[in-house]
Amino acid sequence: MSAVLGKPESLRDAYGKALVTLGEKDPELVVFDADLSGSTRTILFGQKFPDRFFNVGVMEQTMMTMAAGIALQGRTVFASTFAVFAAGQAYNAVRQSICYNKANVKIVATHGGLLVGADGGTHQIVEDIGLMRGLPGMTVIVPSDAPTTRAATFAVSERYGPAYVRLTRENLPTVTDGSFQIGKAAELRSGSDLTIVAVGSLVVRALEVAEELSKVGVSARVLDFASVKPFDAPALLRAARDTGALLVLEEHTVLTGVGALVASTLSENYPVPVRRVGVPDLFGESGEPWALLDRYGMSKERIVEEAWELLKGRGKVE
Amino acid sequence: MAEELPADLVRSLQETAREIRKEIIRMTFAAQSGHPGGSLSVTDILTALVFHELKIDPRRPDSPDRDRLVLSKGHASPAMYAALSLRGYFPREELATFRQLGSRLQGHVDRTKLPFIEASTGCLGQGIGMAVGMALDARLRKASYRTYAVLGDGECQAGPTWEALMAGGHYRLSNLLVILDRNGLETDGSTESIMGIEPIVEKFRAFRYHTIDLDGHSFPALLDAFAEARRTTDGPTAIVARTVKGKGVSFMEGKHQFHGKPPNSAEAEQALAELARGEEAHP
Repeated sequence: MSAVLGKPESLRDAYGKALVTLGEKDPELVVFDADLSGSTRTILFGQKFPDRFFNVGVMEQTMMTMAAGIALQGRTVFASTFAVFAAGQAYNAVRQSICYNKANVKIVATHGGLLVGADGGTHQIVEDIGLMRGLPGMTVIVPSDAPTTRAATFAVSERYGPAYVRLTRENLPTVTDGSFQIGKAAELRSGSDLTIVAVGSLVVRALEVAEELSKVGVSARVLDFASVKPFDAPALLRAARDTGALLVLEEHTVLTGVGALVASTLSENYPVPVRRVGVPDLFGESGEPWALLDRYGMSKERIVEEAWELLKGRGKVE
Repeated sequence: MAEELPADLVRSLQETAREIRKEIIRMTFAAQSGHPGGSLSVTDILTALVFHELKIDPRRPDSPDRDRLVLSKGHASPAMYAALSLRGYFPREELATFRQLGSRLQGHVDRTKLPFIEASTGCLGQGIGMAVGMALDARLRKASYRTYAVLGDGECQAGPTWEALMAGGHYRLSNLLVILDRNGLETDGSTESIMGIEPIVEKFRAFRYHTIDLDGHSFPALLDAFAEARRTTDGPTAIVARTVKGKGVSFMEGKHQFHGKPPNSAEAEQALAELARGEEAHP
């Protein structure tokens, strides 16, 4: 499957609309938000189903405990706020009330990563994927576009148990056909010299870099790794066998994110060179969203350089 | 009101509470860990709930109409386990496995292990929120069940406790009863010397709770307040139950040192002897 870049679309709108569809199908489904329903787009559900929508105000920890309590009565529950509050502020409520209790709560967190932009480093959580994937029983999804967001919203609702879906604030071009499945990576571009594994906002850059590399005769495979947990180990191992080197792109700290996951998985099972592109061990700052990605080491040029380093190491280029 | 209760009902509850207290001593002694102080203080509250107030049936532990009980102070697990086993939810012999590897009787109550534990708790400040979620469920379903949450007083220093209480008041959850085990002590000392929570009755009232201040070791007072809560239809009720940490064991009473410390062999023996003497030791 080759990627076709569609026009940028809002992942958050895709989520809000998917919630309305779910609300029509499941009369017991309830949704929580913590005073950010216009931004997270849960307001679309709230307008349609006011009795099943709880905007609890600025109490993210208690939003999670309440969501757990009502979910344990047999309901599917969605809870949304910004990622810094969902994974950061509410971490132990997510850990104990939701995960330890095995409560059927789907946390859809918007505004993950640096692309929050102008609000600055306080609000740009770059460690949420690491926090959430460390929780026993937690499903973690990082959609790369609106169709994947829609499919992931449906997919997590159909799978019993806690889930964390990380959305970005920025609109993103459509890069997939929306055929997302939990536990599966999507091969957006085939290739044999190198594999670029990417999540969320950086899938677009992965495709752009792969295109650039193809002009100089390098064939790069691109995997959209939206399903971070459970993850597609066979696709990773195939990529390692077929291409011999992997470059991982994520808008997240390289310490605990998808790069760390890929590197540790391959070092145990099929050691090949892996390079990680992501946020270094730093907080972000205010700025134009995409300029922040460039500033913090995720520019297209930097990604090309890293790809080149891997190819040199493999003896594929001088 | 209190004198309307049949004397044999009160005697029976007192007898049950004494058995629960003995089990708390046996369990924490056998495990050489656990929280005897706060288990002994909450024993009469749990006894009044599990053996009188709650609509529950050990033969149908998953009945949708059962009343829900959330022990937010999950470290009082010995009291909860003893009450549930005496009520017939699991064999009393199993109490001996408390805190052992492979036991269903985890250090802090775990809903995935035992029937009638509605919520796994332990890290404080989370139980009230879960109880509010349960009460909201009943309201949405127009279900008859009521939700009861037992709160510790150290836990009243935790911000999310007040978030959740605020939510219960905001939604006017008249099907929610919060009971504070106000024993006055936490791990390191008295709540008022560490981080004062008073005036606590006024705080509950300010958070829109019909609030009843009572002796948490008086069954007539507890049962009366439960009935009053059921009659209160315009919002949630809170009971500030004044209790004694370590209640029933002379050398544990009022001692924060027994918050998370089990009795040694001599202490356990003395405690069990005192409890066997019952009311004579603590009239």
